[in-house]
Amino acid sequence: MDLHLTAAAASAEEQAAIDALLGEPESSWDGGARQIERDGRAVFGGGTARSRRHLLLPVLHAIQERIGWISPGALNYASVRLNVAPAEVHGVASFYGMFSLSPRPPVTAHVCDDIACMTRGAGALCAELEHKLGPAGSPSEGGQTIWQRSACLGLCERAPAALISAAGTTARERVVAPAATENLISTMQDAVNGRLPAEPDTLSTKLSVPQAGQAQLRLLRRAGQVDPSSIEDYLQRGGYEALRRSFELGAERVIQEVIDSKLLGRGGAAFPTGKKWEAVHLQRHLGYPHYVICNADESEPGTFKDRIVMEGDPFAVLEGMTIAGFAVGAQKGYVYVRGEYPLATERLNHAIRAARAQKLLGQDILGRGLRFDVELRRGAGAYICGEETALLNSIEGYRGEPRNKPPFPTQSGLFHLPTVVNNVETLINIPEIILGGGAAYARIGKGNSAGYRLFCVSGHVVRPGVYETPYGPTIRNVIDMAGGVGGTGRLQAVLLGGAAGSFVSPMELDTPLTFEGTRAIGATLGSGVVLLFDDSTDLQQVLLRIAAFFRDETCGQCVPCRVGSVRQEEVLQRLVRRQTIGSVAEERNTLQEIAQAMRDASICGLGQTASGAILSAMNRWSLFS
Amino acid sequence: MYVVDPRRTSSAQWADVWLGLDVGSDISLANAMGREIIVSGLANEAFIRHATSGFEAYRQCVEKYTLDRAERETGVPAEAIRQTAHAYAKAKSGQICWTLGITEHHNAVDNVVALINLALLTGHVGRYGSGVNPLRGQNNVQGGGDMGAIPDRLTGFQHLENPELRAKFERAWRAKIEPKRGWHLSAMFDAMERGELTLLYVLGENPVDSEADRHRAVKLLRGLKFMVVQDLFCTRTAEMADVVLPGSAGWCETEGTVTSSERRVQRVRAAVPLPHGVPDDIEIIYQLARRFGHEWGMPDAEAIWNEVRQLSPMHAGMSYRRLEELGGIQWPCYDETHPGEMYLHSRLWQEPLIGPRAPFHAVEFEPPVDELNEQYPMRLTTGRYLDSYNTGAQSQRFPSPLRRAATIDLSPEDGERYQVGEGEKVRISSRRGSIIAPVRFDSGLRPGLAFLSVHFHEQVATNDLTIDAVDPKSGTSEFKATAIRIEKYAEK
Amino acid sequence: MSEPSQAPSPLIPVPRAPVPQIPAAAPRREIEITIDGKRVAVPEGATILEATRKLGIDTPTLCFLETLTPVNACRVCVVELEGSRTLVPACSRKAEAGMAVHTESERVLLSRRLVLDFLASSVDVSTAPTLRAYMEQYGARPDRFGARAQTVAQAPKIDNELYMRDYSKCILCYKCVEACGVDAQNTFAISVAGRGFSAHISTEFDIPLPQSACVYCGNCIGVCPTGALMFKTEYDRRAAGTWDETQQTQTDTICPYCGVGCELTVHAQEGQIVKVSSPLDHSVTQGNLCIKGRFGWQFTDSRAAT
Repeated sequence: MDLHLTAAAASAEEQAAIDALLGEPESSWDGGARQIERDGRAVFGGGTARSRRHLLLPVLHAIQERIGWISPGALNYASVRLNVAPAEVHGVASFYGMFSLSPRPPVTAHVCDDIACMTRGAGALCAELEHKLGPAGSPSEGGQTIWQRSACLGLCERAPAALISAAGTTARERVVAPAATENLISTMQDAVNGRLPAEPDTLSTKLSVPQAGQAQLRLLRRAGQVDPSSIEDYLQRGGYEALRRSFELGAERVIQEVIDSKLLGRGGAAFPTGKKWEAVHLQRHLGYPHYVICNADESEPGTFKDRIVMEGDPFAVLEGMTIAGFAVGAQKGYVYVRGEYPLATERLNHAIRAARAQKLLGQDILGRGLRFDVELRRGAGAYICGEETALLNSIEGYRGEPRNKPPFPTQSGLFHLPTVVNNVETLINIPEIILGGGAAYARIGKGNSAGYRLFCVSGHVVRPGVYETPYGPTIRNVIDMAGGVGGTGRLQAVLLGGAAGSFVSPMELDTPLTFEGTRAIGATLGSGVVLLFDDSTDLQQVLLRIAAFFRDETCGQCVPCRVGSVRQEEVLQRLVRRQTIGSVAEERNTLQEIAQAMRDASICGLGQTASGAILSAMNRWSLFS
Repeated sequence: MYVVDPRRTSSAQWADVWLGLDVGSDISLANAMGREIIVSGLANEAFIRHATSGFEAYRQCVEKYTLDRAERETGVPAEAIRQTAHAYAKAKSGQICWTLGITEHHNAVDNVVALINLALLTGHVGRYGSGVNPLRGQNNVQGGGDMGAIPDRLTGFQHLENPELRAKFERAWRAKIEPKRGWHLSAMFDAMERGELTLLYVLGENPVDSEADRHRAVKLLRGLKFMVVQDLFCTRTAEMADVVLPGSAGWCETEGTVTSSERRVQRVRAAVPLPHGVPDDIEIIYQLARRFGHEWGMPDAEAIWNEVRQLSPMHAGMSYRRLEELGGIQWPCYDETHPGEMYLHSRLWQEPLIGPRAPFHAVEFEPPVDELNEQYPMRLTTGRYLDSYNTGAQSQRFPSPLRRAATIDLSPEDGERYQVGEGEKVRISSRRGSIIAPVRFDSGLRPGLAFLSVHFHEQVATNDLTIDAVDPKSGTSEFKATAIRIEKYAEK
Repeated sequence: MSEPSQAPSPLIPVPRAPVPQIPAAAPRREIEITIDGKRVAVPEGATILEATRKLGIDTPTLCFLETLTPVNACRVCVVELEGSRTLVPACSRKAEAGMAVHTESERVLLSRRLVLDFLASSVDVSTAPTLRAYMEQYGARPDRFGARAQTVAQAPKIDNELYMRDYSKCILCYKCVEACGVDAQNTFAISVAGRGFSAHISTEFDIPLPQSACVYCGNCIGVCPTGALMFKTEYDRRAAGTWDETQQTQTDTICPYCGVGCELTVHAQEGQIVKVSSPLDHSVTQGNLCIKGRFGWQFTDSRAAT
């Protein structure tokens, strides 16, 4: 396109960072140096050069990782290489929390102060950091480091948590969890001195999967038991048997088994997986490409199950995707991994390479003529991108703003083509269904809540971690599995389903953790969060943190959510500070109305659920009245 | 989209393919494409048989234009020409659009004909989504021609030399019309040179700045016995006039119609009153008529338009009321039930064919008149800027943030070659004149190609350089191809 | 191939042929839906908004414009659809046979009122007559959020002689971005930048317009519903107190500057042109112009002065 750029030029290093990802420019369309001999008289390929916008997010990551921020010159070069107008590149880059558009120290520590970490000393940790390093968001002396408060990093079982990123030629990331002032500051110093290890984290199944090794496990049976970097190990433990079986069954039977299994999506929306697959499969005659997307942008505060699956059993995710690709007739899959999950990213990237090498991805999978490949895309710090249509926009190189539904992704998904979007946990159920049969799977669990479920247990609990169980146990059972209430030992509240979920009181612990059970008490299972608060917790502060989370994470596209999330936080603050406008009852009414408008009129699930937890707490405990 | 332009323009940046041919080598390119389409068996033979004439002569003519020859003459690689030809021939529908790069040449009509031949060859004409489209640079170029401002036509393209048609006008106008072709603009200057044209009435045109080879134009205008200029502003032409009449801004101060590039007749309306003391354009003409002894009554735009509708069948159905209701109508519109036609020549696809066959015309490549040589080694071409219009009489009167000083645009390579930097002044000389202008580098230009706009004659008198080599058929000058020399210029 | 010899003579007029037609699209099936208890038939693919308009039901819209892709961001047009958990945007939700829609339910009225509360409490709506009329209609009370409610207040940006941009009046309807981008101009000088409440319309790094890709077509101003974007001539006259819409005439005419035939609406006050816009419903222009059409009239001023 006809780009109009400012005079700012990219440095050699910025260019190198982008070229390392995209390769050298091929012609003057995509930023190639002026060569009259080559393209002074005829240039082909303008349309192709203008169709690479989907590489924008990886390009921005490349700059951020190498340089530590995205300068006007680097932005111009990204613009030229991808034929995307600089204003648009800027619009996209400024959408994501992980990208900085002003100079920033190369070493950044993201310190979680979200609700799970709050129960485990995040407040004190941040206070100490403030004392030792200065206020959050201001560079240290010497300008080499900076620390920032962060929303939930998905490391809740090891709270309080922090993530350090160090930009440079060999960019590094390092998880510090549980974090204490000393180990955090010393790791930051290591980062400055280039002494961070290459591995960004170490998965300790002992810590994160307390059930590891137990015989009854299905979804977690390999976690901690296999070498997640070894495809041979995976194959020896039953890996890819389900894909082989799928070939025997054929695509239609595979879909029927998934329908029969009554598997519902595990990302939070609980849509029947088989129906999605069938809808895409039925459009095969149209001849368009189809896509399979694994939604691994797990960002719901209190949720960390998908991370542990990806870190501990990455090939299972790929196998689930490949079966989905076979069933719906897709040749391309994307796994969109949360930006704050460096180890999961690394393990999956490795797994993709290993699977390609073993012909388990690629042109002719298992010699059966199946073409399917997977590309990993990294999120960049935007909770909203877990919303499936926002995720599609993000992959396509646009701002991660949700689309209006309908049309649903099964009709008009990635690049506006039929697309299946499944959550990580959903996909690792697929091999169980294929090998055991859909009908048998449907009998596991309780009522319409069929199969196995992962719960993310954290907060004031004795043994936080991810727990697997067939549907059926009550909240109390799950707390008992995790060793009982921690902290003071006296439970005040449980948050089910994360920030978008709802609070339940200790009186409701005998509710079964099924779709039906939670619905009956006006709560939701959501992404499987069971977050405990003991009686020392100031719930008002928890609610303020949740309100702040939604204010930070709303994409800003629709009015109810953009302004409503701000007004909701303002009302809460007034209530907490007892500086109400009018009576408390009027403010509570205002809050109810804000909530109703956000729930009814927002474009997507973010706004629709942003008041749920807050209202559930207000109503259960008559807060503020 | 394929863009064929010596410069890699903004439009070229949006194209799939850009071909950067030599200025004025269009016929060689078109003929080579035609040959390639024929020899590859991609010509639409059924259409050619059904609706065209002169194919064999065309085939023989283009036979000489091999891809290699075209590569030599146009500078465009043979393979690129081949691919372009194939893409055009195989397209479900294809359009060719052009502007002054085709028509401001000494062989303008031949250039157009060469493109029409391609449309006939492939059947990309007379169907939805195809066709050949000259994109007009003024709101009423089309309308001017439609109304008869063409040397051999009366209103509605009716030929002056057809006695029946002429008789119709004579009856309506109660006057005798000489069956004698008029002159087009360039022929008028030639006539001035021969002393045959001594009186000139210029309406809303600024030939002192806009004519190619300005020095000659000024000299000839000066030699006139009497010149009347009617314009919005006191232009440099008006300064030379014996009588200056005030013009009106037709589009916002008067009633009437204009006709766009797509043949759409649209209403213009008076939005503001004429400045104090300025009569409507029509009124001036009526007053002139009165002084010549003809009383035409009260000037009335709609009445004049209704007269057009009476005499020109293709405008007959366009009442003011219908123009209003339909947001303009594309001619032909034969009666008040006719919707107008969104594209022309659908008749060529009728079975049996309606009307005459569409003729191929074999045309040969001729390079621009102003030859390059050692003394004048560079090719200068001209054009417009987005925010400006012609000699700037109107467009320079708003504070455009896009406006920049007039420059001579060069490729960065030529900047190096002539050892000049951006902003530095150079002397630009052609066989006709010499001017000074600051340099600007444009990466859309290749070495040997320079560009000047036509807007800023008071700073950079582009037409001191241009050549008035004229297309004999259309009367257009070869503004697009001037041979120049660049020299460093040291200000004293 | 045989060689026909019959060549046309320019002396003979070309005969009349059948009127050319656009290749016929498949006819659209009519479907029936119920709105507020009344049945209405619309062609398949029509939106609920089109159906409500057909019934003469007034549905408020802010971010919707016939000539732009619906972004359904403002949510003021939401209606209640039976069977749907949430309200749905009338402007983009396609009608489906058998739908039952309510436009005046409590839920609808509350959401519309709150959307207006949200906007008017965060944005200066003083030059947004449509929005203010809706506020009146729905009983909006933006002051309920108090004087300390966060707003987008900021100084107007005046960095060139043609445009004024006052983002304290911006409701983020995306129309200007769409008009600058794929829906009309394809210039992409502006985009939405930032996120959440800090999302805003911006050039890259907020550079001034003259450094940006802006070509001053004015199409963004043409679609702005709140006066956040304004022609500088209008802004200056408003500042000087000489802008008086009650004294203005609007006349449609054709732009003089090229052969496209863009329809201009000339706004004149006291015999002087004060603004040029373009009608959305004209097939040639659909509301869009270029810098010359939008601003090239200014010579008429200097002419009146001479």
